[in-house]
Amino acid sequence: MTLWVTIPLLLLIVVTALSAILMRDLIGAVFILGCYSFLLALLWAWFGAADVGFTEAVVGAGLSTVFFLLALFLTTPRETRTHHHQISWPGVIVLVTSGLLLLASMEDLPVLGDLLSPANARVSPDYLLRSIQETRTPSVVASIIMDYRSMDTIVETAVIFTAGIACRFLLRKD
Amino acid sequence: MIHPHDSPIVRHLSRVLIPFLQLFAVYVVVHGQYSPGGGFVGGVVFGTSLILGLLAFGTGQGQGQGLAHTVAFRWEGVGLLLLAGVGTLCLIGGAEFLNYHALLLPGMEASARRWTGILLAQIGVGIDVAATAVAIFFSLSLFNERDDDHA
Repeated sequence: MTLWVTIPLLLLIVVTALSAILMRDLIGAVFILGCYSFLLALLWAWFGAADVGFTEAVVGAGLSTVFFLLALFLTTPRETRTHHHQISWPGVIVLVTSGLLLLASMEDLPVLGDLLSPANARVSPDYLLRSIQETRTPSVVASIIMDYRSMDTIVETAVIFTAGIACRFLLRKD
Repeated sequence: MIHPHDSPIVRHLSRVLIPFLQLFAVYVVVHGQYSPGGGFVGGVVFGTSLILGLLAFGTGQGQGQGLAHTVAFRWEGVGLLLLAGVGTLCLIGGAEFLNYHALLLPGMEASARRWTGILLAQIGVGIDVAATAVAIFFSLSLFNERDDDHA
């Protein structure tokens, strides 16, 4: 049952990723990248990572598409089309080797939903047991990122703040 | 300055759509403790609803046209300050920075204090992210306009 959903989804993700790279027209490539993000969000939602899927759908398919389009409108029409598709062989070798290395190291990863994997055996039960009692928050993801790991969150927010300020100084009017 | 969109269809649809988008964004932020989502996602939805409004209706003319720009940059700081302020209230309460256990709110149990701390932090993150989205949008679109002026 799961395979009938995940395999077509994964195939569509690979196809959209490849066509975003190979597309000549960059504005078209931006929209295909949005489709890619949306399919990725569906895949994550299917695996139960609702928060990640939600974020991917909103940021990847929504906001970053708008920013990519605005950035493309800043360039001249000549620059929004890519012309040469020469294959660089050192790049191909690096890509294939790193892909094979990643596939080889995949065997060491725990199986999805494995109760004995380190994350599921030690950290997760602790948070799952303590969240309601200590913070009255049923959504454990929210209590982890906003309470138990709030220091990470404030630094991430500072990074977003810095990105906004940096854009203003890089692209200011005067 | 951003001009209003020419098409009446776009303007009327935006007028219908934007209130629902913003209501959904606020729901996602304040309901983040009970469902997927939270400050970051809700903030992005709110920011995109504001961008949609700016694209459909423009920034207006004359005195007020730079106002939205300045307001966006100010609220960026407000969001971060709200988050840091909650952390500082915990410091004053006698615990570590951002340890909501010691949040300085009288008449509350420890778990209720942490619940409130999470909610305030979500709102802070949401404000910061929404303002940053609008601010980056302004930076990109006003840069575009400068090129038009010179050309």
